[in-house]
Amino acid sequence: MRENQGLNTTMSEEVEGTRTAEEKQEMEDTVISPEKAEEAKLKARYPNLAAKPGGSDLLRKRLQKGPKYFDSGDYNMAKAKMKNKQLPSAPTEKTEITGGHIPTPQDLPQRKTSIVASKLAG
Amino acid sequence: AGGGNSDVQWCFSQVKGAIDDDVAEADIISTVEFNHSGELLATGDKGGRVVIFQQEPESKNQPQCRGEYNVYSTFQSHEPEFDYLKSLEIEEKINKIRWLPQKNAAQFLLSTNDKTIKLWKISERDKRPEGYNLKEEDGRYRDLNTVTTLRVPVFRPMDLMVEASPRRVFSNAHTYHINSISVNSDCETYLSADDLRINLWNLEINDRSFNIVDIKPTNMEELTEVITAAEFHPNQCNTFVYSSSKGTIRLCDMRASALCDQHAKQFEEPEDPNNRSFFSEIISSISDVKFSHSGRYMMTRDYLSVKIWDLNMESRPVETYQVHEYLRSKLCSLYENDCIFDKFECCWNGNDSVVMTGSYNNFFRMFDRGYRQDVTLEASRENSKPRSVLKPRKVSTGGKRKKDEISVDSLDFNKKILHTAWHPLDNIIAVATTNNLYIFQEKLN
Repeated sequence: MRENQGLNTTMSEEVEGTRTAEEKQEMEDTVISPEKAEEAKLKARYPNLAAKPGGSDLLRKRLQKGPKYFDSGDYNMAKAKMKNKQLPSAPTEKTEITGGHIPTPQDLPQRKTSIVASKLAG
Repeated sequence: AGGGNSDVQWCFSQVKGAIDDDVAEADIISTVEFNHSGELLATGDKGGRVVIFQQEPESKNQPQCRGEYNVYSTFQSHEPEFDYLKSLEIEEKINKIRWLPQKNAAQFLLSTNDKTIKLWKISERDKRPEGYNLKEEDGRYRDLNTVTTLRVPVFRPMDLMVEASPRRVFSNAHTYHINSISVNSDCETYLSADDLRINLWNLEINDRSFNIVDIKPTNMEELTEVITAAEFHPNQCNTFVYSSSKGTIRLCDMRASALCDQHAKQFEEPEDPNNRSFFSEIISSISDVKFSHSGRYMMTRDYLSVKIWDLNMESRPVETYQVHEYLRSKLCSLYENDCIFDKFECCWNGNDSVVMTGSYNNFFRMFDRGYRQDVTLEASRENSKPRSVLKPRKVSTGGKRKKDEISVDSLDFNKKILHTAWHPLDNIIAVATTNNLYIFQEKLN
């Protein structure tokens, strides 16, 4: 973000002028664009975040919304591939696509409750 | 009636739903829609249920308010299903309800979940046949030896019964999740849109549909945008629009070709490249698109604003209204808690002079296009005394917070108003919080 101030003293006047202008621009960005300040916050928290947020990763996650249930075929194939390795645990970071996760029996969500009348009609 | 002006005051009228804070997931309201006359109000929820309210005729005893809405019919529209091939659950959540214009005594609506659209017929039965010769009144067959006389069965009045029956089921036409349905002004066809495709159906034919838009790339790695909403023009039966996750709206003319991949018009506001950030594309994603009743304009909702577009001008919107600009400096947290992906809807009033959309903390916003005024109101149990006037709310953005203002950090982001509806003729609005439906009416003197 902020460049090393110490270098300024050894730079020529011309470059010094440029650098100060750049810093000024950054400061202006923070003031004018709260979005960019938020972006900086996010990148500080998640350094591995992909550069292109609207890219196909995010969209494909969106296309595949909904919980993936336990599938014994997937599970056994994944087990065979992994051999000694552990199965990947449920991803918690924003970077991973949940589609890659093979559910295990422990991940099974609770059964839905039985269908009753809407409380709006009560 | 239905006019918007600076003098309109809104009053609490009714609230439907449970009071307790422990909300069952099935009770989350997912769609709200008035029918074409405004007499009926339908809601759909995450549990796949539809509840229809009917407005009582205005009573002479209470001339200062319009009729109340009471339960007319309720039914289970969709049930949870399982896609065995992909090991994915198909949610029963009702994504959209759209009413058909009324043609006879019965009412028809389309309701859809992620994969299947259903046409429901809602009809009244207020008389039943009595006096059969061969059957008792309870349906049991009579012993023929006891039958000594012959009579003609007659219809006798009975208590009103409202029946909902599924007349058509339109299934297996969408690989991706359906986000929109829209009935054509020809009243014969309708469209259904999922993330990548739009299909055209005939209301009478459920085993065939035409694909009219397909934006799926051959290689999914090249996917750059998805379809977020679609709607038919209110009176031009050949025209429809669809919005995208990149903030563009494409208008298509079905007369041009069978497959409308080539748009007739593309509406997009140019972006200042200097202001581009990680969040730019996400917050530009359009969550709803609605034509004005006149058909001259359309409105889009993106994360922070509502835009009005003149169909004759593609280069930029004619009006832009900030819904909750103070959230721009909270985008990081809103991304972390997924709120940045919330899909807010928007609606027009009857004469297109006022538009409305929801926000957080159970706030909703109205923008008067003519008077250039906007107001923030709140749907809450605290303001639910009958006919009490709603007080405008204000979010304080600066350091100094005035007495009745609420600071941005105190907003409850779990209380979101995603779905609102405006009566087609009168100043009556339906506002859905998470699990409650509020009905507000204009204060009449």
